[in-house]
Amino acid sequence: MSFWQLLSYAAWGISGLLILWMLADMASVSKQYDEDFLMSSREGADELAEK
Amino acid sequence: MSNTAASAAGSQRISMLKVLNPFHVWALGVGIVLVGEFMGWNFSVAKGGAYGALIACWVIGLLYTCVAMIDSEVTSTVAAAGGQYTQAKHIIGPLMAFNVGLYLVMAYTMLEAADALIVGDLMKSGAEAMGYAGLNTQPFVVLTIAFLAWLNYRGVFMTLTLNFVITLVAFIAILILFIGVDPMNPGAVLKHKELLTDLPYGWIGVIASLQFGMWYFLGIEGTCQAAEETRSAARSIPLGTMGGMMTLLVAATLTWYVCTGLMPWQYLGQAYTPLYDAATIVGNPNLQILLFVGTLFAAVASANGCINDASRAWFSLGRDRFMPGWFGAIHPRYRTPYRAIIFLIPIAVSFAFTGLLDQVITFSILSGLLGYTFMSINMVKFRKMWPIGSIKRGYIHPFHPIPAIVLFVLCAAVYFATFLGYGASLLAIMAFYIAASVWFTLRRYQFVKRGDQFTMPWPRPKGY
Repeated sequence: MSFWQLLSYAAWGISGLLILWMLADMASVSKQYDEDFLMSSREGADELAEK
Repeated sequence: MSNTAASAAGSQRISMLKVLNPFHVWALGVGIVLVGEFMGWNFSVAKGGAYGALIACWVIGLLYTCVAMIDSEVTSTVAAAGGQYTQAKHIIGPLMAFNVGLYLVMAYTMLEAADALIVGDLMKSGAEAMGYAGLNTQPFVVLTIAFLAWLNYRGVFMTLTLNFVITLVAFIAILILFIGVDPMNPGAVLKHKELLTDLPYGWIGVIASLQFGMWYFLGIEGTCQAAEETRSAARSIPLGTMGGMMTLLVAATLTWYVCTGLMPWQYLGQAYTPLYDAATIVGNPNLQILLFVGTLFAAVASANGCINDASRAWFSLGRDRFMPGWFGAIHPRYRTPYRAIIFLIPIAVSFAFTGLLDQVITFSILSGLLGYTFMSINMVKFRKMWPIGSIKRGYIHPFHPIPAIVLFVLCAAVYFATFLGYGASLLAIMAFYIAASVWFTLRRYQFVKRGDQFTMPWPRPKGY
């Protein structure tokens, strides 16, 4: 197996791990926090708008 | 810094981190665009010749200067993610806001897919140069999208700091190439006298080249998406955006000057990586490596910025229930729109796996163009509803309404140019957005938070 083939498999593997990590973290956050809290943000206000 | 604020009812409210500065805003805007200097702009040479491409560069530069001026003024009053979507929501109405939000998501997600395709192709070229032919690009396309999505998921500060570094390297690569071709001695390396010709297809060719002139600047308006995460957005967004526009005008002009002095228009018009080819012609191996790295970094920076912008637009649509509210969540630790980021990964990968780079880019350009057309109308309405003095502005653009009118006229010219080359794509995208509008009006609008979506402390508009 050549270096480039190995690199291709590594790319698939790392991509899979990164996506799995994000999905697992997303599920964990949903378990730990209330949905109303996660979706409670409102449009920001800059200091100029607050004056 | 406290990043949760107590609501009126006493419960905790989550918000994005305000950690960005004008350099991050510059990195977001220029980072998305600069890949267009490394590849893509040169298709305008095939349509209009070298001089036609220069005219396209400056005419489209004028279009984007109008975009940057208008965006800077409106965004300096709307410190919210969503950018032009949020502007449309406040200034025009829900149907326009929905469409603009969709233009943004489609434009950036497709551009991200195109960037990932470019990274895959560069890997393939690198493998071929090292003696391995036929490398499968798909794993590198997926890795690019997955890694950058992960970075975006983990926080905006690191994401855009990385973008600043790699964008700067790519920009410096262009500057070094310019110095490397000895511009003070015309004729020594650059052969403009021999290579520059008359317009090969006349003025109709120049008009046709406008569509590809968009590549020089497409995406600079994405700076607005950072408004909710930028410290002193009213100052930082105009600074970053206008600074970015100046950088791009310099980069675009240098790119044209170097490439047209080294390659005949017939070759340049179909080159895949014109700046890298220019370095190859110069014959300096260090320049070649630098431009290869610059091209790679520019593509990665563009994809990175696109993920940032598409996810903010999708998040904003979710927050106001223009799309399912589930997408309007913010990560309690990283303070990013994490669900929107994850949701857009398979969509970007699907676009990339089609492998149709030109169609994907055309769809992206047309979505952007629809957004710019809206901005000209938006600006006129904004000044009427909130005249100067009625609302705090961090930046006031000069010569109103001239930039809005110029923008509208130039957009019309680019639609015509696109119709000449990609008429079927233009009609297909129009049909797609009309169908989406019908769906929104009949099925989705009932879920929109009609009162709650307007939380900016703005005065009542004039005449209402």
